[in-house]
Amino acid sequence: MDFEFSDEQRQLREAVEGFATKEYTFDRLRAIKRSGAGWDPAVWRGLAELGVTALNVPAALGGLGYGPTETLALMDASGPSLLLEPILTSAVIATALLRQFDGASATELLRALAAGDRIAALAHFEPSSRFETRWVESRVTPAGPGFRLDGHKAVVAHAGLAQVLLVSARSRGEAGDAEGVSLFVVPRDTPGLTLTEYLTVDGQRAADIRLDGVRVPESSRLGGEGEALAPIEAALDVGLAAVCAEAVSIMQALVRATVEYLNTRQQFGQPIGRFQALQHRVADMTVHLEQARSMSYLAAMRCASTDLEERRRALSAAKVVIAEAARFVGQQAVQLHGGMGMTDELKVSHWFKRLTAIEILFGDGDFHLQRFAAA
Amino acid sequence: MNLEFTAEERAFRDEVRAFLRERLPQSVRDKVLDGRDLSRDDYLAWQRRLYEQGWGAVNWPKQFGGTGWNAVQQYIFEEESAEAGAPRLIPFGLKMVAPVLMAFGTPEQQQRFLPPILSSETWWCQGYSEPGAGSDLASLRTRAVRDGDHFVVNGQKTWNTLGHFADWMFCLVRTDPDAKQQSGISFLLIDMKSPGVSVRPIALLDGGGREVNDIFLENVRVPVANLVGEENRGWTYAKFLLGHERTSIAGVGSAKRELSRLKRAAREGRRDGRSLLDDPLFAARIARIEIDLMALEITNLRVLSEEGASRAPGPEASILKIKGTEIQQAISELMMHAAGLYALPLQVEAMEAGWQSDPTMPPVGPSFAATATSAYLNQRKLSIFGGTNEIQKNIVAKMMGL
Repeated sequence: MDFEFSDEQRQLREAVEGFATKEYTFDRLRAIKRSGAGWDPAVWRGLAELGVTALNVPAALGGLGYGPTETLALMDASGPSLLLEPILTSAVIATALLRQFDGASATELLRALAAGDRIAALAHFEPSSRFETRWVESRVTPAGPGFRLDGHKAVVAHAGLAQVLLVSARSRGEAGDAEGVSLFVVPRDTPGLTLTEYLTVDGQRAADIRLDGVRVPESSRLGGEGEALAPIEAALDVGLAAVCAEAVSIMQALVRATVEYLNTRQQFGQPIGRFQALQHRVADMTVHLEQARSMSYLAAMRCASTDLEERRRALSAAKVVIAEAARFVGQQAVQLHGGMGMTDELKVSHWFKRLTAIEILFGDGDFHLQRFAAA
Repeated sequence: MNLEFTAEERAFRDEVRAFLRERLPQSVRDKVLDGRDLSRDDYLAWQRRLYEQGWGAVNWPKQFGGTGWNAVQQYIFEEESAEAGAPRLIPFGLKMVAPVLMAFGTPEQQQRFLPPILSSETWWCQGYSEPGAGSDLASLRTRAVRDGDHFVVNGQKTWNTLGHFADWMFCLVRTDPDAKQQSGISFLLIDMKSPGVSVRPIALLDGGGREVNDIFLENVRVPVANLVGEENRGWTYAKFLLGHERTSIAGVGSAKRELSRLKRAAREGRRDGRSLLDDPLFAARIARIEIDLMALEITNLRVLSEEGASRAPGPEASILKIKGTEIQQAISELMMHAAGLYALPLQVEAMEAGWQSDPTMPPVGPSFAATATSAYLNQRKLSIFGGTNEIQKNIVAKMMGL
């Protein structure tokens, strides 16, 4: 048994943490949140230079060919800085998805992603699916030499800044069927594709996407007809493991900030950290944090498992523990900071909001509790 | 034992319901039911309608122009109003400063300040918390120094709710820095238009409309005539004020309203294309809150029926505050989760205008989702303000003999 990072993983972690701490101060984060673009291409370029965009791309395609443990190190290092750039969307999920396919569409795009020249986002979930990955109502139909896509994709992270969308659509069967889902590479500026962009609770950008007679060539389909659900679920599980690691790093930061506040804030002639009720609260936060950390390791180790049932159970179990911990630690960090915890001025509320988003991403705790019980 | 209202109480409730049906404007009701922000005018317009009805001050005795209602009647009125989607009564004038003035103010102060509160010509705010004095309010440092017929006030107040709307502020100030903490505090009424008063908004995590402020007081001259009661006895009045509010502290009516919204939201929310109400786990989560709320309603009524006019506050107010805020927060959590992925978009404009009316922000997701997450974030304040729930637990433990 070994819970340590290798030297190489530690170096990656330190490089990313150093970059994020230096380049992504809280003031900078707030400025980028308020800016019209909502992200900073220069930061993205910097991350690409550190190898972040190449991390999960196979070495043969210009990548570093790393896997889940390195992704865990990356998320752990970048998490507390709350980077708004599409690390999870493009460098983790899109690459994890594309590397499962062989064709030229996939490999060319992977090369561009590795170099940081392109950003790609998976557009899969739909308004009626809630968190169920099989629930695909969007349709693909043959049209001339290529295909026609129609449908509606919900809350697609970073869709507005991605040049390429990876869009799932059903060629046969009913919503809820595991079979019959295909996947397409669709440039964002393709006619018939409309984005409604908005801010999400964590200050990131996302969009709903309407597909209205979107025409794509035959070469845009990734993999075989109707066989895309398994690769999509595999990529989403890699993403789920990544947000588990991110959540743990943020919870760690919140516990630290809370302890510091309790040791500093004076009321009734003493630091409020002297009150046992508040000490016990910090102890409970720490129990949640460490349980969550354990499950983030399990998620990383199992997210690429070929044993589907084992993978599913482990990832659902991880999300149950991490969603509950994220909620408790986030809420209590705000509570113990009192009114200050409610302000935009302290990073505490920004961390809390990212944890709130993570609670929901890829299925909330109740969704995964039921999936675990049914598995 | 009988858990039902009496015939007179039921008749009274019907009267209140009829009034709400006829006089509560649909536009205001919609805003409240959708969880959107209300404007100053929305609050004032509603308060004026109550005033026209003779219900301008539901918690005041008749001699000051109030309704003279007993605690149960006040409770019925407030719960029915909240459930129907009426704006909450802004408490600072009607429920906070007014009872203090009635008990401790001079006849001149009562004649000057109470009628415009009743007719809602003046909007009051509270100057209690300071950056260094939150849970430990008695450590406040805003200083008032006597200078002839005036006090000169310097200091900073914070977490001031809706002070940007206010004409007047009741304020705790330190008049004797040498006395033991609680003994050197006075209760002053400050005209917000006085030179030296500045109001600065505090940006909150929910990104919603303006709610709380910092208030800076710089050499503000306050006439001695605006001192309430005796100098250095302000802490007594402040405690009187804090213990006075028990009819609506639990928020049973608004919790019922939000619970109904939650059920509608769950019906609208989708899971695999079906209603979220068909999800047994989600339905059970709603049921558990509903059960807690049933218990709280009865607890609240027990407290009210036991309440003698001059009885010293026991742990009841704290119990109602703790459980009431926990229930409201739990409802807001479930509301957010009912939205599924659509909990993520933060449609700030929706808080103010309603997204249907904003063409730059086309709707995404079910309608209830637009404000669900903002409300969840904002409701975290409930366990912090008005005495944190930790402080409330200290009070309960102390009252129990620990």
